[in-house]
Order: sequence, then C-alpha cells, then structure tokens
Amino acid sequence: MSAKRQFRIWRGDETGGDLQDYMVEVNEGEVVLDVIHRLQATDAPDLACRWNCKAGKCGSCSMEINGKPRLGCMTRMSTFGDEETVTVTPLRTFPVIRDLVTDVSFNYEKARETPAFAPPADVAPGDYRMQQVDVERSQEFRKCIECFLCQTVCHVIRDHDENKQAFSGPRYFIRAAELDMHPLDARTDRKEYAQAEQGLGFCNITKCCTEVCPEHIKITDNGIIPMKERVVDRRYDPLVWLGSKIFRRGETPQTSVTTARQGSATPPSTSRGGVHSHAGGSHDPQAEAQAQSGVNWHREVPHPTAPAVDDRGRLPLTELTFDRAAAPSPFGDDVAFPLPPEHLNFAHPEQDKH
Amino acid sequence: MTTTTRIERHHYDVVVIGAGGAGLRAAIEARLAGKKTAIISKSLFGKAHTVMAEGGAAAAMGNVNSRDNWQVHFRDTMRGGKFLNNFRMAELHAKESPQRIWELETYGALFDRTKDGKISQRNFGGHEYPRLAHVGDRTGLELIRTLQQKIVSLQQEDKREFGSYDARIKVFSETTITELLLDGDRVAGAFGYYRESGEFVLFEAPAVVLATGGVGRSYKVTSNSWEYTGDGHALALRAGATLINMEFLQFHPTGMVWPPSVKGILVTESVRGDGGVLKNSEGKRFMFDYVPDVFRKQYAETEEEADRWYTDPDNNRRPPELLPRDEVARAINSEVKAGRGSPAGGVFLDIASRRSADEIRRRLPSMYHQFKELADVDITAEPMEVGPTCHYVMGGVEVDPDSGAAFGHVRGLFAAGEVSGGMHGSNRLGGNSLSDLLVFGKRAGGHAASYADGLPARPKVAVDAVEAAVETALAPLQRDTGESPYTLQQDLQAVMGDLVGIIRREGELTDALGRLAELRERVAKVSAAGGRRYNPGWHLALDLRNMLVVSECTAKAALERQESRGGHTREDYPAMEPKWRQVNLVCALDGDTVRLTRKPLPKMRPELIGLFDRAELAKYLTDEELADFDALVPDAGEADNR
Repeated sequence: MSAKRQFRIWRGDETGGDLQDYMVEVNEGEVVLDVIHRLQATDAPDLACRWNCKAGKCGSCSMEINGKPRLGCMTRMSTFGDEETVTVTPLRTFPVIRDLVTDVSFNYEKARETPAFAPPADVAPGDYRMQQVDVERSQEFRKCIECFLCQTVCHVIRDHDENKQAFSGPRYFIRAAELDMHPLDARTDRKEYAQAEQGLGFCNITKCCTEVCPEHIKITDNGIIPMKERVVDRRYDPLVWLGSKIFRRGETPQTSVTTARQGSATPPSTSRGGVHSHAGGSHDPQAEAQAQSGVNWHREVPHPTAPAVDDRGRLPLTELTFDRAAAPSPFGDDVAFPLPPEHLNFAHPEQDKH
Repeated sequence: MTTTTRIERHHYDVVVIGAGGAGLRAAIEARLAGKKTAIISKSLFGKAHTVMAEGGAAAAMGNVNSRDNWQVHFRDTMRGGKFLNNFRMAELHAKESPQRIWELETYGALFDRTKDGKISQRNFGGHEYPRLAHVGDRTGLELIRTLQQKIVSLQQEDKREFGSYDARIKVFSETTITELLLDGDRVAGAFGYYRESGEFVLFEAPAVVLATGGVGRSYKVTSNSWEYTGDGHALALRAGATLINMEFLQFHPTGMVWPPSVKGILVTESVRGDGGVLKNSEGKRFMFDYVPDVFRKQYAETEEEADRWYTDPDNNRRPPELLPRDEVARAINSEVKAGRGSPAGGVFLDIASRRSADEIRRRLPSMYHQFKELADVDITAEPMEVGPTCHYVMGGVEVDPDSGAAFGHVRGLFAAGEVSGGMHGSNRLGGNSLSDLLVFGKRAGGHAASYADGLPARPKVAVDAVEAAVETALAPLQRDTGESPYTLQQDLQAVMGDLVGIIRREGELTDALGRLAELRERVAKVSAAGGRRYNPGWHLALDLRNMLVVSECTAKAALERQESRGGHTREDYPAMEPKWRQVNLVCALDGDTVRLTRKPLPKMRPELIGLFDRAELAKYLTDEELADFDALVPDAGEADNR
C-alpha cells in the first residue's frame, strides 16, 4: 500500500532558502520522519534533519509540520488527507542552521542559568527518604524530553527575538517548578527566581506550550500557574490590577487570578471561532473555562469596591472629555454581555453572616 | 588543500567521546578530579541512546527484599552471561552500583519510592530479588537528565569561581570524532568535525575516554538510533586497542519489521502466551515443524491440542509458539530463508484472528496503544510482521576491569559502557546496563584523570597525522563517481541481518566475510553529494568505515566460536561447550585487516567461585575446572564483604 505524496520541505540556511517540492513514496503506517529518511536515501541525500530514537523518547526530531510544531517521529502520515500536501519547516523561534536543523543553543543557555538542584546539607547519599506522592509532582516535569516544542510555540519569543534575553520559556519554568516541588531541594527561592530572572511574568497563560507537549505535561496548569500564583501573592502585577478595575474587585483572591486575567483581555465576542489570539486569551474560551474547573456557584467572592466616583458622586468623565459619543459602560467598554458565568462575581449580601 | 583547511584547536586534560550515561558520568568524575574535561556528543546534549532504557538500573540496595546483596547480584550477572563475564567487572559492578544510584539522588534524581520512602526496586528477568531502581518506564531518561543537570551544576560552580561556565568542563554537541591521534603508543588527541558547520576540530589531550555505545545500525532491524555505528569500537581498534566478545549480540526474536515507523520495537512474548500464533506467507502455522526432539513431549502436535492448552493447560500440551526464544528465532529464520517470509522479511504474528478485539485490548493494553499511537497499526485487526531485532552488543573494547584502560598497545585510552566488553559476558541481564554505565563511567573518568596527572610530559600530536585525518574526512565529498552512502548502508545491513544475525551457520558466515570484503572496496570509494554544512550523507559516509570494520570483527568471531552461548547461536553447534567458556576471542587491527586471537579467561578468585553451587557450575565448567573447584571449596570461606 504505497502511494506518491506531495511534500514541501524548507531547504536553505541562515542566508535564506525556500520550500521545495518533492513527490515521495509513502507507505501505510509511516510517520513524517520515515518519509524524510526516504528522501535522504533517494532525492535529497544532504537534507539536514535531526533525529535519534525514532520512538518519541529523545525529542530530537522537532519540526513544524503544516505550521504546527510536532515531533517528526510521532506524526503519522495517516493523519493527513490523501491529497494533502505536507509542508515541513524548521522550528521558527530558533535560527536556522540548515534545512530542518535549527540552532537551539538558546535553550541550553537558559538551562545553564537556572540554578541546579541544591542537595540538603545534612542528608548522606542513601539516606534520602521521600514519599511517592511527594515526588510525583516533580516527576511529571521530569518526563520532559527537551524537544523544545513548548519553547518554539511560545509567542513571547516566537516572533519576538528581543524577549529572549529576559525570558527562559516554559521548559525552564517547569524546571524551576520541579525544583520548587522537590521534597529535598534546599533552595527556597525558586518562585522568586522564576519571576525575577526567568521572566515568568511575561507568560500570559495561553497554554500553547501545554497543547504541543508530546509528553502531555500540564505545563501551564501544574507548573506555571502554581508558580505564578504564589509569586503574585507577593508582587504587583499590572494585569491583576486591570482585572480588578474592570470587575470592581478591591482585592483579587489568589485562586481566581487567572480567571480575572482572562476576563480582562479576552472579550468572549471577539475570540470565538478558533482565532489564534495571543492577546492574552486562550484559543478556545470554552475549553479554557472547562479547564478552570467550572463554576462553583457557592464560592464566596470579595465584596465589590465602590465605583471610582468623585465627591459629587459622578464618574470623572463627561461626554465632552470622553472620546466616544456616549457615556462609557460602568462595566468597562471591553466587556460584552452576557458575561461568561465563571466571570460573575455576585456577592450575596448575606454571605458574611454564616 | 589540507594546508589551507582551518582546524580549530583545543587543549584538554581528558576528552570523553560520547555523552550518554557512561560518558557523562566519566566526565563528571574527571572534572571532580580537577581535570579540564571535554565531552564530545554526536547529538545534542541529553539526547543519547541511554534515554531509550525503560526497565531500570540494577543495584543490590535491598530496599524491597533485604536479603539482596552484592553477592547475589554478582551471581545473577555471571549466570546471565553464561560465566563468560570478566568476573572482576561483574564483582565491581555488583558492589558499587548501589552507591552510584544513591549518588544520583544527590544530583537531583527522583526515583519511584517504596512505602517507607526509599528507592523502589522492581523484579526483572534473571534477577533473583526485586533490584531495578526505576522511574516508571523512563529510567534511562531520568538518568541522562540527572547527569546532564549535574554537569550544568558543575559549570555553575566554575562560573562562580572562574567567571566562565566552560572553564573546566565543556560539552561539544553535534561533534563527531573520526580519528584518535597518537604519539608513539600514547594517546595525544582526537580529531573530528562539527556536524553543524562541517569545520574540523582537534582536541589535544593525553587521556581519552570512549563511551560511544553500540553497533546496532549495522543491522537491518534494530532498536538502536543512528548514532550506534560502532565509532568507539573502531577508533579503539585503529589506535591499537583490542575488542573482545564481538560475536555476542543481543537479539529479540520478535521485533516489528514493518511498518518502518515501528521497525525494531519489541513485541512482548506475552502476545504468544495470550494466543498469538506465527504464520508464514502461505498462511501456515509453521512452528509445529520446528519442535526439537528434546521438547517433543511437552509441546502439542496438532493445532487443536495447542488451542485447547490456553483454556485447559493441565490436560493439553503447550503450543509450539511458546518454545524457548532461540528455537522461535531459529524457526522464523528458517521460514524467511526458505522464501516463505513476509514482504518485509519477517513472518506474521497473528493475534487478531484468534482473539476478540476487546480481549486483545484488555490483555495487551500497552502493546495495543504503542502500535496504535506510533504507527496506527491496529493489532486487533491485522497480523503483525515480526522478525529478529538487534538490541545490544555485549562485546567491546577489552579493558582493565578496575580502571577501564584499554588493553592492546595503546596508553591513555579508556572505555566505559556498551562500547567496553567483558562485563556482561555472552548475555546481558536487563537493568545491568544502566548501572554498568555509572559504575564504569566513574571508574574510567577517575582513572583517566589520574593517568593524565602521572604523565611527565604531554604527548604531542603529529602534523602529518592531522593532515591524513583531514584527507580521509574530506575524501567522500571530493569523489563523485562512487556509490551513495545510503545504498552502501542498506547493503551492509542486509549482509549483517541476513548472514550474521540471530542464528548463524558456518557457510553463511564465510559468505558474509566475502561480502564484507567486497563492501570494504565499495565503501572506500563512497561519495557524498553536497557541502560540509550539516550534511547527513557525508556523516553517514564517514560512519560506514567504522560500521564495516566492527561488522568484520563480529563476523570473524562468530565464525570462530563453534558453540552456542548467550547472544551467539550457531545452528551447526547448538550446544554450550565448557571448553569454549575458557576462551575470549580478541580482535585487533593489523594494518587494514582484522586479526583474531584466542585468549584465556581470567580465573575467578576462590571466594567468588565459592558463591556458586557445584551443581550449577557443572553446567558451565570443564572437568578439570570442577576438580580445581572441589579442591578449593573448603577454603572458599567467607566472601569479601567490602
């Protein structure tokens, strides 16, 4: 069962290059990497491509297949339509060396900057005692095969080379989280470090990294968010401030920081329809809402703050000083109705009584 | 040409070639000894083949069963290797692996735990007690990541002290060494190229540690990655060192041979235990034709009886699909050679037509998901194509057991891990390879460091040797009349897979040696298209030379050893022969040709041989050795409890 299939592969180096067309034999059950190997053995012996284990365990064959960061060895040809052209390009975030090979040294530099495990001073080798339940949290992050797909998809650096200096990327946030959660790590400043040195604050939780992770590590939910929450506890964050303004909250409780943030930047009316928005919202608000574990109707929300009115009881805006034809919405102009239920923050007047 | 070629030069005290478990552990040790250390990695840092190890690392910590100790582990290892192991290596390995595992925890490793918080240990074939420290099924990844992160932490120390991460330990990723350079009989350096740029690089160093892994890419069906081209084996040979036990390769009889996306992946024997049957291209269940006389009484003679066994094992005999591994392998091999194989050169393993889809999914969940995810093969719907798969090479550089220093006429060369030979004898136990990497990686790194310390003067690299190395490296690019390296690799893989595979015969081995000689001529004329920048065709053309010479060693040693033992099965000599247990086959390079010599095995110390029952030893030892043992036993006494 073999057929000729159309492949477009980016060939070139740092001076430039273009997509080249190949017709190549594809057999049943093959993956993209198999097809690239066949091309090397036939039409393109010098086609550069990294690979090692061919079993999804080493993370070498990262490439962008039809625009999506994937592992070549884990992308089955059967997932494409029979007539579909398969376009393979190098990882966009890193400088090209040749063809599908990119210079990923950025990641190794960031790895070197992340402080290593600090062994406890008074425990001898062989005397380490940890409970399975305690090591499991860090073990999830240690599944990482360093394919750097999360790094290449992260929009903070994907099209913003200038951010690379100050931003370590999801791979190293989960490294920091792993050490933070390590039962015997002697350092206590992993979160502060992530915020101050790794650029954790740049991340606005679009979850692209979690989506591309071939190991299915919940990078955002289990790594980044717990790191952020406790950091936010102690730090000033302009997004939280903005959220609190729009939703009239004097104080945003820790556990709803992410919800507030989404509400602030993703009006439901504009981000529907699968638009890949990087303005701070998610790709799919509904999935996002679900991931936020639904709405707890019995939760207690903070009392609303008083409106920002002047001593005459008016908003400090008039039709004359405002740039629109009518008075602004008291809820903020970027809020559309109905509000998504998880953004409702009605505080029952009686809620403090029990 | 050569005089104008730019060559980057570096000076190091210790150069470690290979960045898998053994290489990284060796580098850590050399750096801890204060030596300026370079790590050469053919891939990116942290991608080495060690990540593939799933089971765990064997170490007699006694966390799960307190009766476990190094003596038991030593016994298991020797048994597994059919007593051909270098006993001293097996002893050191059994004694030191617990410390090496505990040490990893101080580097940040997180193994699975027992209820009382210690490192959990699991059972594995051939190990008497639960002994494998593990992290789910990704122990190899944990090991490599831990060592990688330890190296980073050492670099951070150096940054604080000297202002540079690379002050005392540097990783040269995507760099291949093509030649070791000598000053007389001393190692003086290593020459190679950066894969990314194609630029040449010369490391001047008095001590080199080889940790390059195995040779599996010379086989058609293998679970090994592209890096496994026997580089270290070949570098050692060309530098004057020797290889031992090259005839011993670990094969699994049923690996997937098709589709290519899962080629080499092992199909567990439980598929056959749960009703899977082997069929040839004519649809015949052929195992009934291959029941040897000695097993005749235990195995069914008709399909009806065999099928009744699954539900009523007490009143029926076993299906012949459940014969021992080598018998199954032999049968598959015969069917394929008789022209009744599957299109991809294996046979069909059919469970789909014999069990319901639900039952298959329930009984073999991980198999089902693995093939579904990796290849979209539904094992509940169609038969699998299986055949012998090359997995691990027991043979390798002949080393001094304590220091890892290579034998032969070269000094300053060390080897550790799969590239070294002797530790596993004729067959490796699962889980012993990860602990092998740590124990002998540390030893080789430490001894390389002290060797470098003890040298009165640094050996010098000769200019003409570098020029010759440059010329050899550029040759494939400058020819345009030769064959493609990919064609040559396929031909080499066909020769090794078909003629020097899991079951061997004299005629085929002789034939293989003839074909390898032809291939040698063709490989000498290989040409690679394209330039020097990240050109996989050129890289393969250079690797072929190594694959070829190592394949010759395997074929020659396999022809010489007229017995079957562990990872070497001769159809014409099916029995294990005590006389052959006393012999190691040693390969050396004489000019261009592989020379094979026999060398007696070192004699086990009395307190070690005293750990075994006489009845067990009688299976392995000659009558004279047994007489010696009887004389010794009263004196064997207490084992050394270091």
